[in-house]
Amino acid sequence: MKPSYFKTSMVLIMASACLLYMQSCKPKTAESAATGDASKSYVAPGKYDEFYNIVSGGFNGQVSVYGIPSGRLFRIIPVFSQSPESGYGFSEETKPMLNTSHGFVPWDDQHHIALSETKGEHDGRWAFANANNTPRLARIDLTNFRTAEILEIPNSAGNHASPFITENSEYVVAATRFSVPLDDQNGDVPINSYKENFKGSISFVSVDPKSGEMNIAFQIRTPGVNFDLSRAGKGKSHGWFFFSCYNSEKANTLLEVNASQRDKDFVMAVNWKKAEEYLKAGKAKKQSVKYAHNVYDEKTHTATSTMRNEVLVLDPADCPDMLYLIPCPKSPHGTDVDPTGEYIVASGKLAASIPVFSYAKIQKAIADKAFDGEYDGIPVIKYEAALHGEVAKPGLGPLHTEFDGKGNGYTSMFVSSEIVKWRISDLQVLDRVPTYYSIGHLSIPGGPTAKPHGKYMIAYNKITKDRYLPTGPELTQSAQLYDISGEKMKLLLDFPTTGEPHYAEAIPASMLMDKQRKIYKIEENAHPYASKGEGMTKVERKGNQVHVWMTAIRSHLTPDNIEGVKLGDEVYFHVTNLEQDWDVPHGFAIKGANNAEILIMPGETQTLKWVADRVGIFPFYCTDFCSALHQEMSGYLRVSPVNSNVALLFSTGTNKPAVSGTDAAGATEKAPGTK
Amino acid sequence: MKPKSLLATSFLLTGLSILVACNNEQKPAAENTSTPAQETATEQAEVHGTEIKPGEIELTTPVNKEWVTYGKSIYEMKCQSCHKLTDERLVGPGWKDVTKRREPHWIMNMITNVDMMLEKDPEAQKLLEQCLVRMPNQNLTKDESRRVLEFMRSNDGVK
Repeated sequence: MKPSYFKTSMVLIMASACLLYMQSCKPKTAESAATGDASKSYVAPGKYDEFYNIVSGGFNGQVSVYGIPSGRLFRIIPVFSQSPESGYGFSEETKPMLNTSHGFVPWDDQHHIALSETKGEHDGRWAFANANNTPRLARIDLTNFRTAEILEIPNSAGNHASPFITENSEYVVAATRFSVPLDDQNGDVPINSYKENFKGSISFVSVDPKSGEMNIAFQIRTPGVNFDLSRAGKGKSHGWFFFSCYNSEKANTLLEVNASQRDKDFVMAVNWKKAEEYLKAGKAKKQSVKYAHNVYDEKTHTATSTMRNEVLVLDPADCPDMLYLIPCPKSPHGTDVDPTGEYIVASGKLAASIPVFSYAKIQKAIADKAFDGEYDGIPVIKYEAALHGEVAKPGLGPLHTEFDGKGNGYTSMFVSSEIVKWRISDLQVLDRVPTYYSIGHLSIPGGPTAKPHGKYMIAYNKITKDRYLPTGPELTQSAQLYDISGEKMKLLLDFPTTGEPHYAEAIPASMLMDKQRKIYKIEENAHPYASKGEGMTKVERKGNQVHVWMTAIRSHLTPDNIEGVKLGDEVYFHVTNLEQDWDVPHGFAIKGANNAEILIMPGETQTLKWVADRVGIFPFYCTDFCSALHQEMSGYLRVSPVNSNVALLFSTGTNKPAVSGTDAAGATEKAPGTK
Repeated sequence: MKPKSLLATSFLLTGLSILVACNNEQKPAAENTSTPAQETATEQAEVHGTEIKPGEIELTTPVNKEWVTYGKSIYEMKCQSCHKLTDERLVGPGWKDVTKRREPHWIMNMITNVDMMLEKDPEAQKLLEQCLVRMPNQNLTKDESRRVLEFMRSNDGVK
């Protein structure tokens, strides 16, 4: 073939192909979709992302913050796990945050995120996060991306159906995954007495509209099923909450088989406005329990943990019309409410279809008493009476559904590794894209609200297999970004994630970036050990405790020479960062510390406890590169034997004349083992 | 081999056309990528106070005692770490006679507009070369810096 002839013909063919593509702009096969589109996820150096993505950390117990569409990781916010990097859970000020009725719990399993809402829309104030293992709820302040509060949930085990939120942030819920004997009962019972002794519990945690402070307003006692996920009603269904439950068999062993016996489990509909009425009418009973409430104070830079002893419990037997059950095929997982509040989508993990329930029909069924008997005294609404319709053959293993605000649902399919887009009105499947691999949750910015921001969709995958460079037996977790602005979903980007993300919520950058805290005002620092100026630094002994009031500023620590500490002393370094400029934290670390370092933000005071375990000289230094003279930002602490008469001395920049060898006091008090 | 590379080029062109076509529907994404990276450094605005102009600051005698006291409390909290009241240099220069060496507006700009000063002012730049530590922005208002100036005057012996 002559090259020139080939050239001409190829160009012609390609040109016409181009034209065709330009008109349709739908180059969609599974293969072309998998090639990504770098231009749509590319954020140039120095440019900002469009969304903050607040992502659960799963088994790392933390919450991470990514930019969308770039997938860049900005922060890992310490929430339920200690963070040696920042000192969270190690510093004296933050240890109380991880206090529980079980004592100090330094780790948890963090699954879901709920952003605060006003009138059904994001208001950008707080992010709520659940701890699955030792049931807790956390509130993160979105002006500083720090954990402001942690509330333990009593009568619960496995706080999985949490922290879903009502449309004005009236309540964040916490429903137990494991039913267990209640906290005030004797729990020393045979496990196979499950049906008799194990109860479920749903907590409605109120959120103070001003401060955000959480409080368990009431709990609802439920049959001993497993609660999985939930969503609040919104708009017309505001006042209701929907929970998926499985193990209606009440199996206590080999749940894999025994909790999958029944053809249908349930979605539990809770009329929480009704519950509020019963609460006001005094129907709730006080139950004796024990749970911790931990609050971080930004003025004292210190958390306090308070133990609480009581909850108010509503028993459905005393509260008719508060709970209803809707049959739902095969162990439902996600229960998601569309932006209008009319449709409730429940995904049976093992079902071949996705049932979509109608709020209006549920109300009519209740009015008509279209019931199919009761389950543990709770009316069961007839399936067909509540049903809007089923999405037929959507794929295998439906888990979660998000919404784009344009009348479509997007459901993740774990078993068949894909996302299916379908129309709510006629339940027709419109499009499907592969995920790599085994998708769990998916998230559309604003997806669970009344006004989704749309544009993007993020898949959180459980398996990455061959998607990244292999790193031994343990591989990175992975997220995938899709463009959903067109009719067809389009894969844009793979990005690795930290921990094992479950659910996430994204919020427009414009709602948060201008209200970020930059510094803590030193004038407002009310920490009892704050040094508000170098003139306030000192070292004091109280028995075997030595308290060091220390300041940090570019680039020295004051005091930086400390003597007179004795073997076995507990030394508390109370370090105040005197900087008042953004992005100038200082760190503090000392040799042999059995805990961690502390990072101190401008204007803040944090305390590291350190025990003098041997005689000698211990250097300490700033760990956060702060200036050209950062390497000089250091000091020495001298530890003498217990019977030493070395006086407590501290200084910065006042060198005494050099003494050869050891000074007089030291010479008489040589450390054991030295020559 | 030529036809092969041609083929590749043609496919590439096809791909580009698709990109262009799709991008036209996505204005914001296109804006994101269009600005050259070099320009971005200056776009990230530093937060300055308002620049104080020569002659703007009026000095009166006797010194305002209340301002001196307030200025001293600010000094102890935010300045003392690096500045002595003598002529000895610590991290930054000692304050002795600073009000004789510098104009009032220069001192106040150095406190409230340190980034601007280190960018523009030759004297401030000289000091950075000597001290090697950028003077931190300690987040003082114009009024607060005026009180610190009054304290400096008092330290320099103005009654």
